[in-house]
Amino acid sequence: MSKKITFIIKRCDNPQAVAYWEEFKVPYFPKMNVVAALMEIQKNPVNAKGEATTPVAWECNCLEEVCGACTMIINGTARQACSALVDNLAQPIRLAPLTKFPLVRDLVVDRQVMFSNLRKVKAWIDIDGTYDMGPGPKISQNVQEAAYELSKCMTCGCCMEACPNVNSKSKFIGPAAIAQVDLVNSHPTGAFRKEARLEALMGEGGIADCGNAQNCAKACPKEIPLTRSIAKLNRETSAYALKKLFGK
Amino acid sequence: MTNSFLWRKLHSLSGIFPIGIFLLEHMFINSLAVKGEKAFNQGVALLHSIPYLWALEVIIIFAPILFHAFYGIWVVYLTRNNVLAYSYFRNWLFYVQRVTAIITLIFVGWHVLILRFSSGEISFNVVAQALSNPAVIVLYLIGLVATFVHFANGLWSFLISWGITIGEGAQRKAAYLSTLVFVVLTVVGVNALLAFK
Repeated sequence: MSKKITFIIKRCDNPQAVAYWEEFKVPYFPKMNVVAALMEIQKNPVNAKGEATTPVAWECNCLEEVCGACTMIINGTARQACSALVDNLAQPIRLAPLTKFPLVRDLVVDRQVMFSNLRKVKAWIDIDGTYDMGPGPKISQNVQEAAYELSKCMTCGCCMEACPNVNSKSKFIGPAAIAQVDLVNSHPTGAFRKEARLEALMGEGGIADCGNAQNCAKACPKEIPLTRSIAKLNRETSAYALKKLFGK
Repeated sequence: MTNSFLWRKLHSLSGIFPIGIFLLEHMFINSLAVKGEKAFNQGVALLHSIPYLWALEVIIIFAPILFHAFYGIWVVYLTRNNVLAYSYFRNWLFYVQRVTAIITLIFVGWHVLILRFSSGEISFNVVAQALSNPAVIVLYLIGLVATFVHFANGLWSFLISWGITIGEGAQRKAAYLSTLVFVVLTVVGVNALLAFK
């Protein structure tokens, strides 16, 4: 009998159902990741007691930590299942769905709120309309490098999961959307709508709801300097508010 | 701009101006007790000679503290702490900030009740009388330390919330400053407390 890895997985059949933990023994192979283990369970949906069960539902796409779809709670903290190597994890390995988003089934959650937040803060750059606006402006190397870091966000939700101020009681939009405002505001064409984005960040559940726990920057798998973007936009929204107060 | 942005900003600001400034002034006057009964009573008399004192007390002390306290309870309520899952140093301080908020609120309420509203004219002897019970001293020590932690860490947080410290390096330096503020206030505050004997 080859080596088996124990997985304890939090399961829930639908959003209304009661969640339960189910144990699985998965055959080990070298360099396997959590996604591979979940695929094994899908192939052979039998729990540790030897009972036939439903296969565990989860999501994944890219398998190289750039899409964010397989984000789940692995041994207590949010991260991607694809880059979670079994060899590096304490066993038994506990898998649970993210808690800050509505549950769909098992390890699948609906992260729609993150995309709605990006819309809320207008995290896009307006380009040509009905006429050609000409070539884009030049961007300095420094600005490009800072923007590159921010552009790595894959809307995975790790920062939302880690943030104590993102929860069902609060309306806080969370760190990811704030950093994306920093990204598009740093672009010369994006800056045309800078103030509209600052206004959005000063809205309900906006940037002022940040309590500086700074978990987001530590939890981010792409090491995005989220706390820097937040502090920078704290300065810009404060200055904008004062400008409006005294400029009216 | 919504009201919650304004209230959050004012909440952060009010902890420093005027409440923090008042805290420093309070510790300064308390410290006169180290120089003796006479020096303390003279300091109190000087404060009492300020014109429109009652208005200043309401505008600079009571109103900001009540606002900071009640809005603060709402802020504490809106948080779901997760120090066990994410046990980073900053997350612990975020939690400590909320715990000390509640301790400070209870302490200040009790302190104001016994020394501002039920003791008549304040003097060295009145304070010494109130502090004659060792249990009261212990509760005061807990209350003072909680207040200083809350103020010092709140100062660090204020510098970020108003966009003064942006980079990691600046925030780290601000953390050293905040630690220094905590140590100095604790030494000064406790020394003054123990002088009322």
